[in-house]
Amino acid sequence: MSIVAQLIANGIIAGSIYALVALGYTMVYGILKFINFAHGEVYMLGAYFAYVLAKVYHVPIVAAFIISMILCAIVGVIIERVAYRPLRKSTRLAPLITAIALSIFLQSLALLVWGSEIRTFRTGEISKGHNILGAIVTDTQLMIIATTIVLMLLLWLFIKKTKLGKAMRATADNLEVAKLIGINTDRVIATVFAIGSALAAAGGILIGIEQNLEPTMGVTIGIKAFTATVVGGIGNIWGAVVGALLIGLVENIGIWFIPSGYKDAIAFVILVIMLIFKPSGIFGSGREEDIRAQGE
Amino acid sequence: MYDYLLHIAVLCGIYVVLSISLNLAVGFTGLFNIGHAAFYGIGAYTSALLTLAGVPWWIALIASAIMAGLFGFMVGVPCLRLRGDYLAIATLGFGEIIRAVMKNWTGLTRGPLGLPGIPKPSLFGVQFASIDMYLLLVVVVAIITVVIVNRLVKSPFGRVLKSIREDEIAAKSLGKNVVKYKLQALTLSAMFAGVAGSLYAHYITFIDPSTFTLMETVLMLCMVVLGGAGSIIGSVVGAIILVILPEPLRFISLPSSAAAALRQMIYSVSLILMMIFRPQGIFGETSTTKKFDLRKLLGMKKPKIKLRTKKNA
Repeated sequence: MSIVAQLIANGIIAGSIYALVALGYTMVYGILKFINFAHGEVYMLGAYFAYVLAKVYHVPIVAAFIISMILCAIVGVIIERVAYRPLRKSTRLAPLITAIALSIFLQSLALLVWGSEIRTFRTGEISKGHNILGAIVTDTQLMIIATTIVLMLLLWLFIKKTKLGKAMRATADNLEVAKLIGINTDRVIATVFAIGSALAAAGGILIGIEQNLEPTMGVTIGIKAFTATVVGGIGNIWGAVVGALLIGLVENIGIWFIPSGYKDAIAFVILVIMLIFKPSGIFGSGREEDIRAQGE
Repeated sequence: MYDYLLHIAVLCGIYVVLSISLNLAVGFTGLFNIGHAAFYGIGAYTSALLTLAGVPWWIALIASAIMAGLFGFMVGVPCLRLRGDYLAIATLGFGEIIRAVMKNWTGLTRGPLGLPGIPKPSLFGVQFASIDMYLLLVVVVAIITVVIVNRLVKSPFGRVLKSIREDEIAAKSLGKNVVKYKLQALTLSAMFAGVAGSLYAHYITFIDPSTFTLMETVLMLCMVVLGGAGSIIGSVVGAIILVILPEPLRFISLPSSAAAALRQMIYSVSLILMMIFRPQGIFGETSTTKKFDLRKLLGMKKPKIKLRTKKNA
């Protein structure tokens, strides 16, 4: 019984991190209809920024957390400005290629600056952990879940209550019409990249505190978070959160049945199954023309 | 030194096959495949395992093409009905899965230890053991690939592929089964990658999962984009340039991890710059429907609008 509880707890913790990253994918896709492949690398950068701030400059961890999120928001805006905006009117292939190239670039930059060795925030002893319904959950893990919930509430308030959030929803609904009625869509897009990147950074820092840091940490999380957005219905913000929790749970319960070396493969199998049977996702809006190939 | 130059030439030949095969999918059909290294790896492992089990080399070569093609077909079936970026993410995931299998299925692949002692090929009693002979073999295969793909893309089949790249709806409205053509293009592309994998495995005589990474696909993509998507001569030139270009880095004393990172940064920056300033590549076709014009984007050139005035009406 306690094993099941433990696996579910692990699934929720992993799912929270996936959700933070998935939100960036789904928000960008909702507006620009393209996959920001460099998003996983922003997650990695977030973790490293916080690591450097906390370990080298001895900034308190909470401050390091916030500064790193802000830095990543800036990185996200720069990425959009330099690599994506000049290509917005070109073929669909071009931004995909720059996105991949950018992701490789950021990865090798991190490799060059911080080296390939695995790093960790951890300093002292590992805290003991609480027994919640038979599952052992550490303080850090509780912090992950709490932070995720807080950040999502903030995002929800931003989208629902602010003017910029309203503009965001309008732009996601129809970019051209939003432009017509006077919304500065370039600013909205930049905001989306900033928010998405900050959230991804938060995910990266949390996983950095919980586990380790390495330059390639963004690749698999990228695939998983993207799978989460497809499962939930791409472009749908709450779908991404539900999809992320689902992926986290399936993955962690799955390693009970199959060798753990294949854990990363589970997300991909789910992705393929979704693509075959319901490409619009659980909360798909029925706007299948966004997903189907042009000729279909 | 002579052997070193021949070694570079062999690598050029293998990458020519790889970049042309990737170009068939990416450049000619517009299928964004970023799991090409997985097909390459499948070809390499198939050929290596079969010859290690005593199967003649030429049968293993054909088998590696068929095996890679089969996987290409399997990836294509669920993804080609969807928009391009889905194929991209699915092939990315597929590449990672294949690597996970190579690493974890130790009973078959020996995992990260790799497969050593892959025999050099021989055909009709001719041994391709020396590097000169191997170069001959690679060049012959590369030329065959160029000829076949060239014939393919100039045939009616190739014209359909290009029409799919340019406008799927138009191709469909002309009664073309778009999904079927895309599937055929991806399968063929994967088959040639499998052949290249076999060539690589029997040349190096040792393979392990670390060769067939996403970075390898990005390198092939660089070759295609540099030479020009949809250009055969472009793929050949792009492959040769990008194999030779980083070689001088070898003679600068850098720690190997830094050198690798530096090389990747050079590749990725050149890709981004290429996409922004010359997306059609060196030999790219200029007649794509959506032409890119930086000056127009920056507002330096006014768009041409013909006004119908009374004078010229």
